[in-house]
Amino acid sequence: MIFAIEVFIGGLLVGVMYSLVALGFVLIYKSSGVFNFAQGDMTLFAALALVGFLTFLPLWIALIAVLVIMIALATAIEALVLRPLVARPPLALFMATIGLGFLLQGMGQGIWGTDPKGLDIGISDIPFDVKGLMISQFDLVGAALSGGLVGALVWFFQKSRTGRALRAVSDDHEAALSVGIPLRKAWAITWAISGVVALVAGVMWGSRLGVQFSLSLIALKALPVLILGGIDSIPGAIIAGLIVGASENLAEVFLGPYVGGGIQTFFPYLLALLVLWFKPFGMFGREIIERV
Amino acid sequence: MMNEKRSHPMLKVEDIHISFGALKALNGVSLEIQKGEILAIIGPNGAGKTTLVNVINGVYHPSQGRIFFGDKDLTTMRPHYIAALGIARTFQNVALFKGMTVLDNILVGRNLGMRSSFFSQGIYWGFSQKEEVRHREAVERVIDWLEIEHIRKTPAGMLPYGLQKRVELGRALAAEPKLLLLDEPMAGMNLEEKEDIARFILDANEELGTTIALIEHDMGVVMDISDRVVVLDFGEKIGQETPEEIRRNEKVIKAYLGTATLK
Repeated sequence: MIFAIEVFIGGLLVGVMYSLVALGFVLIYKSSGVFNFAQGDMTLFAALALVGFLTFLPLWIALIAVLVIMIALATAIEALVLRPLVARPPLALFMATIGLGFLLQGMGQGIWGTDPKGLDIGISDIPFDVKGLMISQFDLVGAALSGGLVGALVWFFQKSRTGRALRAVSDDHEAALSVGIPLRKAWAITWAISGVVALVAGVMWGSRLGVQFSLSLIALKALPVLILGGIDSIPGAIIAGLIVGASENLAEVFLGPYVGGGIQTFFPYLLALLVLWFKPFGMFGREIIERV
Repeated sequence: MMNEKRSHPMLKVEDIHISFGALKALNGVSLEIQKGEILAIIGPNGAGKTTLVNVINGVYHPSQGRIFFGDKDLTTMRPHYIAALGIARTFQNVALFKGMTVLDNILVGRNLGMRSSFFSQGIYWGFSQKEEVRHREAVERVIDWLEIEHIRKTPAGMLPYGLQKRVELGRALAAEPKLLLLDEPMAGMNLEEKEDIARFILDANEELGTTIALIEHDMGVVMDISDRVVVLDFGEKIGQETPEEIRRNEKVIKAYLGTATLK
């Protein structure tokens, strides 16, 4: 039983970090209606940049430097990718983000190299003991940081004036303009925020898995979370992240042995498929009823 | 009194042309909106009424002609700048933020001047809080006034059409605009709802001093609440008079009102 709880808690902690990655997608989708295929590559890019800077800068300065880069990147994306494609079908924007993803990947690897790198941000990976439960210290810190950022973002979007304006932009562009919200600025802010999310995700996952090409595939982990939670729901991303984290861990440990193991990677997709069956817009997604 | 009003045009539209493909949506339209008046814009479907509002509010830019708001040239300005100058509008088909609550919708109406707020929220926390309180008060007044207290927490998309129109009016009024453009504020409403909206429009005009230009099809309402009427037909202005004069204008009667006499 203790073991089951350990597995469950371990899964939840990882789940918080899934939520964070998924949130990067949700924010962009909500504000500009684009499924940002480049989110994974932004994560890789941020992690690569951080590792690169760490070779000659202390951690805090390196973090700030990457932060500045991610915000500059967001502004550039708005001006060079989004603005020329305004009022085009969503598919065109989706394709543009695929291109953007390859560009970031190539640029990151071109500048900082393709060999796998370690990223040590000074959190020890020794599990500690809470009344007989072994809990990974690293995952706990990762969950706390990700959870903090998620909480801050939720507050920002629900309660702050700018957050309200960003939600308005996602809801109706024309109406948003008519009440005086500058669309371009709103998009730039959203992409900057998702750049920050990518940075934090890059730090957490990079130091967990190492910084290499496969880090960009972290986006694949967010996919079932998005399907489960609904692509336009912030609370959905959080809860679905926890569900995916915990269930894949439990499934691997308790179901895995019967089917030969290794089900952790695809179990979330099974779960997502199941949800799609009953709730095509996810558990919390906005149901769009189109008139025919 | 009337002469004084006429000598202070708030908005000047000069010889506006705009085409969509072969369709000349507006073909040399000029008009003035006087400070403090309620101006009705009428005309048959496709006359260019909504296009005119869209041109004033910056959604479209005219291919020829100019638009002045006071001494500001709006001709090529983008909509969010125009909104910031004090021109608010509503839409023919209701453009509310459907996933957001009524309260949030109206709060967004006060979103003008976002330029500094993103940073001030981080740095001048206290200042930002005080500002938020001020906005909240203004919003509560609008909610109170439009009698939508009971639906403040309801997502706008879930409301019946008539209430959505009312909330949209509230969002526009929350900005405390100098000029309010209303695109068919009473379309699809029953008599009682129409009377409510007409009352709100008159109140906004009289108590808040908001200058209002509205597009409306219900001639009874137009005759009752407007100071002046502009008539458009096929993208051209064919009349600009008081409601009484409009009733007698042959050209207008032929184009728009039909041959039947008005009550």
